[in-house]
Amino acid sequence: MVIDLDRCTGCGACSVACQAENNISFKPDESNKLRSITWMSLYQLNNGGSYPDYKYSFLPRPCMHCDSPHHSPCTFVCPVNATTRDEHNGIVTMIYPRCIGCRYCIVACPYHARNFNWWDPKWPEPMESMLSPEVSTRMRGVVEKCTFCHHRLLAARSKAYKDGTDPDKATYTTACADACPAKAIAFGNLLDPHAEAGKLSKDPNAFQILKKLNTDPKVYYISTQDWIKKLSDNAVT
Amino acid sequence: MDRALIPAGLKRCSLPVFGLWVLLLLGVIGWGVFAGGVVLLKALNVTGLNDYFGFGAYITADLAIIALGAGAFFSGFLYYGLSRFFPSLKELGKLINLAVVVGFVCYTGALAVLVLEIGQPLRGWFGYWHANVHSMLTEVIFCISCYAIVLIIEYVPIIFENRKLSEVKPIKVFGHSMHDIMAIFALTGTFLSFFHQGSLGGVAGVLFARPYAYRAGLFIWPWTFFLFILSAIASGPAFTALICGTIEKVSRKKLVDRSVYELIGKIEGVLLGIYVVLKIADTAYWGFVQSPGLGLKLGDFYWGPYGIWLLIAEIGICGVLPAVILLSPSARKNNFLLFGAFLLDIAGVSLNRFVMTIPAIAAPVMPFDKWQVYIPTVYETAPILAMLAYCTLIISLSYRYLPLFPREKELNRA
Repeated sequence: MVIDLDRCTGCGACSVACQAENNISFKPDESNKLRSITWMSLYQLNNGGSYPDYKYSFLPRPCMHCDSPHHSPCTFVCPVNATTRDEHNGIVTMIYPRCIGCRYCIVACPYHARNFNWWDPKWPEPMESMLSPEVSTRMRGVVEKCTFCHHRLLAARSKAYKDGTDPDKATYTTACADACPAKAIAFGNLLDPHAEAGKLSKDPNAFQILKKLNTDPKVYYISTQDWIKKLSDNAVT
Repeated sequence: MDRALIPAGLKRCSLPVFGLWVLLLLGVIGWGVFAGGVVLLKALNVTGLNDYFGFGAYITADLAIIALGAGAFFSGFLYYGLSRFFPSLKELGKLINLAVVVGFVCYTGALAVLVLEIGQPLRGWFGYWHANVHSMLTEVIFCISCYAIVLIIEYVPIIFENRKLSEVKPIKVFGHSMHDIMAIFALTGTFLSFFHQGSLGGVAGVLFARPYAYRAGLFIWPWTFFLFILSAIASGPAFTALICGTIEKVSRKKLVDRSVYELIGKIEGVLLGIYVVLKIADTAYWGFVQSPGLGLKLGDFYWGPYGIWLLIAEIGICGVLPAVILLSPSARKNNFLLFGAFLLDIAGVSLNRFVMTIPAIAAPVMPFDKWQVYIPTVYETAPILAMLAYCTLIISLSYRYLPLFPREKELNRA
């Protein structure tokens, strides 16, 4: 995934689309952001300057599906293999009925991309009848996170199989990329030099967050603003 | 009323006094069990944990109590394993029963708290069924539960020494037979314990995307793996000795020779000294070499309530100071200094477990992230206090009804 921060307006459509697509539950009071479940979080960044030098930007943050060698930070630590990286497509997935809720993966993730179900999932009437049948809901006491709309990949592969084409070459987009009105999110195979995401990830202004930690995120950001690039990684000053 | 159960020739406080003490402990346990029940019923949302603090008071308490319970395996290792080469270690036999009881309560108490810690307690067994061999937590799950079983096996023959139980011949024979093979269990426990004390350190040390906790290491083991083992054996026997000293104070009896305390002080002094030197080296490498490579400097890891005082308290006041005291033969002869050093040693190791759990994840990693502060709720503190009350209760019952100290009768002959 490649997210162009210069295009992002911070409208939150990606986050809302993700919420609806993936049956993410919510409570009447979501004021405690440290306990609200959001697979696609929106950070507001600023350059720390004062008016008129003040600059700001928004940074949507899905799961980074880290490509670090051997294991992602979270998959490395899960004691029950409830979260694993599919080496075929690079997506870090969750097996909810296997998760024991130890939250070691939450601790391991430096991007805060994982959420714990602190409550039983609930939706106000009549939203329960509007849940997507493609995505399983999660029970209390387990961890959940962005799956890069893995169910869409499965649907695309099934369609390719039915159409008699190679399922491994099936393409799809995520709900957040679909919903972005500014077309700031590009999704595709980073290894494919012809795919848009593959091309954008090679852009001279493309960068990863916390590159120094060797997590090798599969989410790239693009910005022409140097102060944003500087904010992408810690630098000893 | 319960005189028939008290070991022959030993004096204990009256039953009503003991009953009141037990009632008090049961009250605390009841409070903790109620709080734990609420956690299981209403889920972890009643705690102070959140998506920033995946680990909190439960894990800190577990890490600390397991480190302090290391007295069981390490004393066993010294007594059953090394005393044939170093006869002076035979002195530890006078304290070995208490060490087993302390280990037993620490481990079983920690396991009980762990049940509350996981979001899906009924799936706890998945750790065995779907084990991820790369996860340090898998190693912890396997070793702690296996070692808890070993501790039960070690505790049972001590229970069988109860005056009434030992009147039953099959029980007496069984207990004695178990005593004969106890060295095997003690050494099995040593093997398991070295691993899980280390893997508890590995839990933090392998977090390669968390610069505060992450440490380089040897092969698959981060340095914290070795530091946790060393700190556990440098504090576990001190904890056992401190408990023994406390029982002596409360019961106003002599339970072991003073030479035992001095021997433990000497052993702990050496181990703590080595640990402190290695910990300082580790901290220096982490703060001045490793972290700058990850874009952070030492000062970035300390803020607000999680300030640099933690480092000073852990390594200086509760590390260097007790090590110096315990390494000094004249200081070891002074009760205040000896037990004060034990207390500081224990506080330092507990503080280390706290630092590697809570401030380690309170520190922001993304540059645009912010520090957060974790405050546990009563649903976390009550079960932890109940665990401590449970430990105290079992130790109290064991002291009253079991011949824990072989020299007690002799030492208290008027």
